[in-house]
Amino acid sequence: MNAPADKLNMSKSAVAWRELKRAPFSAKFGLVVIIGYILVAIFAPWLAPYGEAEIVGGQFELWSEQFLLGTDNLGRDMLTRIIYGARNTVGIALVTTVFAFLLGGICGILAAVLGGWIDQVMSRIVDVLMAIPVLIFAMLLLTIFGTAIVNMIIIIGVLDSTRVFRISRAVSLNVVVMDYIESARLRGEGIFWIAIREVLPNITAPLVAEFGLRFCFVFLTISALSFLGLGIQPPTADWGSMVRDTADLITFNDYTPLIPAAAIALLTVAVNFVVDWFLHKTSGLKDEH
Amino acid sequence: MRDIVRMLAQRLSLGLLTLFVVSLIIFLGVSLLPGDAAQAMLGQAATPETVAALRKEMGLDLPPHIRYIEWLGGILQGDFGTSIASKREISDLIGSRFANTLFLALYAACIAIPLALILGILAALYRNSLYDRTVNVVTLSSISTPEFFVAYILVLLVSVKAGWFPSLANVSIDTPFLERMYKTFLPAITLTLVVLAHMMRMTRAAIINLLASPYIEMARLKGMTRQRVITHHALPNAWAPIVNVIVINLAYLVVGVVVVEVVFVYPGLGQLLVDSVQRRDLPVVQACCLVFAATYVLLNLVADILSILTNPRLLHPK
Repeated sequence: MNAPADKLNMSKSAVAWRELKRAPFSAKFGLVVIIGYILVAIFAPWLAPYGEAEIVGGQFELWSEQFLLGTDNLGRDMLTRIIYGARNTVGIALVTTVFAFLLGGICGILAAVLGGWIDQVMSRIVDVLMAIPVLIFAMLLLTIFGTAIVNMIIIIGVLDSTRVFRISRAVSLNVVVMDYIESARLRGEGIFWIAIREVLPNITAPLVAEFGLRFCFVFLTISALSFLGLGIQPPTADWGSMVRDTADLITFNDYTPLIPAAAIALLTVAVNFVVDWFLHKTSGLKDEH
Repeated sequence: MRDIVRMLAQRLSLGLLTLFVVSLIIFLGVSLLPGDAAQAMLGQAATPETVAALRKEMGLDLPPHIRYIEWLGGILQGDFGTSIASKREISDLIGSRFANTLFLALYAACIAIPLALILGILAALYRNSLYDRTVNVVTLSSISTPEFFVAYILVLLVSVKAGWFPSLANVSIDTPFLERMYKTFLPAITLTLVVLAHMMRMTRAAIINLLASPYIEMARLKGMTRQRVITHHALPNAWAPIVNVIVINLAYLVVGVVVVEVVFVYPGLGQLLVDSVQRRDLPVVQACCLVFAATYVLLNLVADILSILTNPRLLHPK
């Protein structure tokens, strides 16, 4: 057994653990919340008392032993829908963000590595797309292509990839001018090898932080669209549409519509806390921006 | 001076070009649609002959570039076409609603801007104090919550529980100014809370950034009070980034009203857009998107120009 290496390994995980313990309260809180959401999303069918779209009682029943959070406008159990919402709303937002990152990240790095007219063309297209506000543009495109989940994922993914393109191109440009890139080029390495093996490892930290922020943004956009009735369509349980469906209750002094809204808010706040801490750690920033 | 004029001309023409391309995207996007407005108006059951007749009447049988020129030419003269759903002139629909939206955005801006400046300067003044850290956590949270969450909490607390302000902002053209202020108070406060955090954080960051410069150290070494250093030395130089953030947030306000308008059933442009998307009333959606996008582009252009005017170094990019 190799003792020094073992010790090194130990200390590495120990360092990570120490960093985690040293993290500010807000970051710890954020991590716990995110893990909680993941667990709920995974174990939704076991946690939920009823079926996702099952009508189990009268309309707008009050909070009771049988229905902990009451029922919605069609008599479906609110608690069940909230639990399934963790799966649907968060899942769809996650898929959209991953899609936006693959598209924007790949194009951004390639634009930086290739340069020249390819970079110019891609950058100008992105400039124009970014000149139209996302929510408005998304509404126009959803009218044209129809409000289906796949359409929404593609539309928001493409619109958001412009922001990912911007940042991944900007951070890659800082790396591309390094000597080791020059030497890789002289060695005759291909574009993709340079992009993946030389550039990507050096820009992961800002990209990971950006992923967190982008996820929040996509998540909020999708929730807003669903709230407006243009996003995730029934009978899929989704937090944005649940707020819309139960909104009338608020005028009767009932907290129910706030619960799905709070579920959205809590997750985005948690992700933001973790990203904030991560940014401080990786950039060595003493203050933000 | 000549540099400034040249810069202004450059930015303005760039802005116009952007607007042109945006209008092109909005127009082309709709022409991609399988079927067209005539088909949508008559429904699936219509015979091909009636669809063709209507298409001819609406000018849809013309080639796209001619339709685009006619569409754009109409808009420049204030004619947006007619709505499919209500058969009314779109310019009639949009006019008063856009005024309502601007009113709400301005109202929110009047509350948000002074508040953001004061809170931001205080946070920079008492950096790392309990106040600063509390404000940091609160603003970070409020940036990341959906607008409807903030809106419904306000409705529950201020309207339903306390009964101070109405939860519906149903104003009309002849609502008197004070009553209008009263009825739109909750939506304005919601919008304020949504943009406040960003403006405040940027104000704080801009000032803290400047506090690291040598002349601030000099002022401090002269024995000036912290407060005087910030208000007399740091703030005048911080205007550029602050003004920039304010205008960008104004652009966000005008566009971000969509959700807030729907929550409070406020008769603005956002509400019209959402209704039209649901009815698939394409000409109205096109018109609303164009108005929103144009406002957004213009305000961003203003932010761009202001930040260059307040920071002469930007006139000479390296």
